Amino acid sequence: MPRDKSLKSVLIIGSGPIIIGQACEFDYAGSQASRSLREEGIEVTLINSNPATIMTDPVTADNVYLKPLTKQSIREILEKHQIDAVLPTMGGQTALNLAIECQNAGIWEKYGVKMIGVDIKAIETTEDREKFRLKMHEIGVDVCKGEVATSFLTGKEIAQEIGFPLVIRPSFTLGGTGGSFVNDPKAFDNALNDGLQASPIHEVLVEKSIMGWKEYELELLRDNIGNIIIICSIENFDPMGIHTGDSITVAPAMTLPDTIYQRMRDLAKTMMNAIGQFAGGCNVQFAVNPESDQIIGIEINPRVSRSSALASKATGYPIAKIAAKLAIGYNLDELNNQITKTTSAFFEPTVDYVIVKVPRWNFDKFKGSDRKLGLQMKSVGEAMGIGRNFQEALQKACQSLEIKRNGLGADGRELKDQDAILYSLEHPSWNRLFHIYDAFKLGIPTKTIQKLTKIDPWFLNQIEELIILEKEIEKLSIETIPKEILLEAKQKGYADRQIAHLLKCLESEVYKKRTEMGINRVYKLVDTCAAEFEAQTPYYYSTFSEENESIVSDREKVLVLGSGPNRIGQGIEFDYSCVHGVLAAKECGYETIMINCNPETVSTDFDIADKLYFEPVFWEHIYDIIQLEKPIGVIVQLGGQTALKLSEKLERHGIKILGTSFNALDLAEDRGRFSDLLKENNIPFPEYGTIEDAESAVELSKEIGFPLLVRPSYVLGGQSMKIVINEEELEQHVVEILKDKPDGRILLDHFLEGAIEAEADAICDGEDVYIIGVMQHIEPAGIHSGDSYAVLPPYNLGDFVMRQIENYTERIAVALKTVGLINIQFAIKNDKVYIIEANPRASRTVPFICKAYKEPYVNYATKVMLGKKKVKDFDFKPVKKGYAIKEPVFSFDKFPNVNKELGPEMKSTGESIYFIDDLMDDYFLKIYSERNLYLSK
Amino acid sequence: MTNTRKSAILLLEDGTSFIGNSIGKEGTSGGEICFNTGMTGYQEIYTDPSYFGQIVINTTSHIGNYGTIDQEQESDFPKISGLVVNSFSAMHSRSTADESLDDYLKRNNTVGIAEVDTRNLVRHIRDKGAMNAIISSETDDIHVLKRKLSEVPSMANLELSSRVCTKESYLFGDDNRTMKVAVLDVGIKKSILKNLAERGAICKVFPAETSFEEMETWNADGYFISNGPGDPSAMPYAVKTVKQILASDKPLFGICLGHQIIALACGISTYKLHHGHRGLNHPVKNLETGLCEITSQNHGFAVDKESLEQSKNVKLTHINLNDGVVAGLRVLDKKVFSVQYHPEASPGPHDSKYLFDQFINLIQQNIN
Repeated sequence: MPRDKSLKSVLIIGSGPIIIGQACEFDYAGSQASRSLREEGIEVTLINSNPATIMTDPVTADNVYLKPLTKQSIREILEKHQIDAVLPTMGGQTALNLAIECQNAGIWEKYGVKMIGVDIKAIETTEDREKFRLKMHEIGVDVCKGEVATSFLTGKEIAQEIGFPLVIRPSFTLGGTGGSFVNDPKAFDNALNDGLQASPIHEVLVEKSIMGWKEYELELLRDNIGNIIIICSIENFDPMGIHTGDSITVAPAMTLPDTIYQRMRDLAKTMMNAIGQFAGGCNVQFAVNPESDQIIGIEINPRVSRSSALASKATGYPIAKIAAKLAIGYNLDELNNQITKTTSAFFEPTVDYVIVKVPRWNFDKFKGSDRKLGLQMKSVGEAMGIGRNFQEALQKACQSLEIKRNGLGADGRELKDQDAILYSLEHPSWNRLFHIYDAFKLGIPTKTIQKLTKIDPWFLNQIEELIILEKEIEKLSIETIPKEILLEAKQKGYADRQIAHLLKCLESEVYKKRTEMGINRVYKLVDTCAAEFEAQTPYYYSTFSEENESIVSDREKVLVLGSGPNRIGQGIEFDYSCVHGVLAAKECGYETIMINCNPETVSTDFDIADKLYFEPVFWEHIYDIIQLEKPIGVIVQLGGQTALKLSEKLERHGIKILGTSFNALDLAEDRGRFSDLLKENNIPFPEYGTIEDAESAVELSKEIGFPLLVRPSYVLGGQSMKIVINEEELEQHVVEILKDKPDGRILLDHFLEGAIEAEADAICDGEDVYIIGVMQHIEPAGIHSGDSYAVLPPYNLGDFVMRQIENYTERIAVALKTVGLINIQFAIKNDKVYIIEANPRASRTVPFICKAYKEPYVNYATKVMLGKKKVKDFDFKPVKKGYAIKEPVFSFDKFPNVNKELGPEMKSTGESIYFIDDLMDDYFLKIYSERNLYLSK
Repeated sequence: MTNTRKSAILLLEDGTSFIGNSIGKEGTSGGEICFNTGMTGYQEIYTDPSYFGQIVINTTSHIGNYGTIDQEQESDFPKISGLVVNSFSAMHSRSTADESLDDYLKRNNTVGIAEVDTRNLVRHIRDKGAMNAIISSETDDIHVLKRKLSEVPSMANLELSSRVCTKESYLFGDDNRTMKVAVLDVGIKKSILKNLAERGAICKVFPAETSFEEMETWNADGYFISNGPGDPSAMPYAVKTVKQILASDKPLFGICLGHQIIALACGISTYKLHHGHRGLNHPVKNLETGLCEITSQNHGFAVDKESLEQSKNVKLTHINLNDGVVAGLRVLDKKVFSVQYHPEASPGPHDSKYLFDQFINLIQQNIN
């Protein structure tokens, strides 16, 4: 059936602020869906309260509503626009829940809105554990033995009947919230209570535990006439027992024979058909008993998900884009494969490489949290590595993580404590993968590792092979290493730095040796079809083999460095900036090249940049791409700290940094040099000093005076920052920091107690400055800017203070010779404005200001960086009406026992925007009156 | 595998060569090189008699991970002339496996080469077309290998069915069944017989060159003509048999080579594809229902579409959505149909099993 011509205007619901379990994969899905519908001439209206998204950008949709995801907002939109249909499957559980609420309230019916791409009954069947179980029984799909309990008593009875170990899974919760494994009756009562509490309908499934079984996911697409394709099979490296969002996952499935895979494929199709007839995407999870090959259906999600974003990036098949087309009536065979552009969209991608996704956790931000992995998702982001084999993909994923490691092992940071390793193998946390490596290195037998981890022996063998190779390399030196071994190490994904560690030489020596030997990276296409057909879409990954497929054009190129995996302090905001940077450079006529390794993002959508290299934002990979592509320069100021910290090496290798120079970036980070600059310009800042040990810290504190803000230099999101009020606390915290960074320098700032905080973002071309926005925080100083409510423009700063802020911003931007964006943070006490810090780069708040004032500041700033425009070339016309409030959003529900106290270290995972007309607004008055209650957030 | 293996060489007819490591049996073996894009099912592929005389490149990055298991063979031993893979796993993790792939290949004298840039190789074949090749772990002397390679026959006009089919006719299925299907084995996969038997048929499998007269004596309710290797136009004997089956008015179903032979018997021509269709993800549209299916395919020859469209008594029923190649046909006014792809899958998706049901239904209707 061709597309439904009656649909002229579609509403897409977004997923709201980023929380654990629901991240920027939905920005990717929503943006794709929107573009896909607009291609068809459909008017797209978007609602999402998350300002840091590309989906809510005027480049993506026709009408954008940055409103709370509530029935009321939906009503307002429907009053204003003639909407024919709503597509609620692109915004995660949040969007589905809102769509159901509106359905129950009769809103869709009242306004004549058709729900597309979804079947409400299907959602009910899949979300309600009991309905799901009954449905599976009906169609003959094996499920775990278990029953639904709606009260404490029935829960206890069921447990008695099934026996331990058990799993408790609450109904209608996100990311496995409230779920747990229970090994013995003692722990059961508490776990049951928690589960019932977590479920909005007070219902849990008490189920037999199948911990240790192999775990798989299939991503399906179905059209209106029932054609189904499987886009991707994903195998979990971590077996059943760890939430799939917290599992290392691999695609395609590595250890499944065809017989079992096809049975699973049949089951997935049966399950999708049984839950309802809707056109769109679906994710099905299975467990396989490694002894008997028995397959059990775990769950089915009738919508686009985190896994479908991963599957899209893993295969090159854009699931959300196609799902949107299916929702408006197209059949799969009427659409083209988006990569080859010549073959059919009705086909199943086949890949000739391996992808490994490794989650990124941030437990360090949640002091006192339970770091054990289980049914509830705890990771905040993920990185994906693509390689020609599993080992290469695994090493690349580990190089992408931004955890100060050079990959998996070979960096001198191995754990050698046997007991600690054995404990970790059995009680997985974020570092189990590294401990498996450590275990092999210590000589712990594979059998023992397998028994404790239950990980498929094939995967373990892959890691063991790495250790065998390393032992061989360690016997050699940079002079004696033969080409075969060096090549094998590179093919297994080892970074030059890792090899240098093993050979006890310098990274540069390894690089030199391998290039002399002709061991060079080549680039292969992600083409959905294992090279069977020619592909038109330039989506690449690197490997070490013979043929390079990345043909370099003769156009001038600009390279944009991405921001890597999401983590607290560096999230979707930076992806927003990167995407706009790419689009702006394109507008200026450059060929754009994007490098990033985060599969959830819009920047890694191969439709964005002219060329996408899905590679770690890790020096060696960046450098090799630069060697190949020879861009005119690199943009580092859009990709957060990840990109910024590569600027030193770029500078050293004579590679042009577009925009603000390395020297200026470094000056702003170096507190000493920066303070000298402020002093020269007669700009006030809190008294400070730099120390290297606890003793001098105490000495210095006498000069500066308490309270003191203590922090290491070069940090992200206020990591390890703390306010101390006496010598004892100071000493303690300094020792704590030095434990992690023994050679680091520590900054002590006098903390301006009770000060008001504000921040400004500006664009500067080196001479002229335009302040795009000034925000005033609601909470007093001491809380990380990312965790504060911020109001744009300031709500009660007087003219005198504003003049100081503007004046200082302009002078600092020029003094730093900023070319591009700059963010400056201020503390205001007794009408005097002090500079806390300056960051000459895109900040977390830039997207927020862009959305509030409806102007494309990143686009402008990029054109300035490229030297194509000056600040005075732009006609700034911000839409200034009322105030915009940035509301931080936390994921504390995932860490029930964590101290929720806020401080200088950032803890929020996302943000939303809220517009008010005036300061008498109830919402504003409420948060303003609670500004000092932040301790109990 | 830290380079303890012997090196091996792969030489193509056009002079291109690749160096890798020897896997399976050490030796030298030649054939037509082709690639299969499936990500699972290597053992089924290697034992499929349709691959007789061919060197198979597996495009998927890892091979051998789950070992081998006797029940998952499509014939008694590997039929391929050799294999080319990217990363070869000597160890396997499937607890029910019988042996490792390496041991299995060694035991069955199959020669292979690993650690080759298979993607480069596939792109080469995609551009240059199918050609002969030779793998050797015995010599890297190009002159010797070139001479040996020149002795490998060209696939065009090559008859291979008689070399892989059963030598004696045999029965397959439950003896108590009454529905009789006479199978002309031109290189049959076991799973086809299993599919027929599961649906209540007892099959008698005849060697490729069996005459219709001999088959007819068994008094079958329906006929089946199997998949197999080689060029259909080099099989006048089978075309003759099929013409006689068509004349008998009994239900007939053909798969792959069988489909091509049915076309030839209807006066429609076949041709050699540039580099064939081999994989588990080929999209086919059923023109009769409008529905699509993901199919398992393995063919280097195909039925000519123009020639088919000119035929008055044959209807195009299925097409390959990627390139429009004929994927299925039906003989009008007869109970005869055939498909280019593999509804028995093995390896591959089960979307097309309905074709076996249709065949069985045709037979049942014909009996009644």
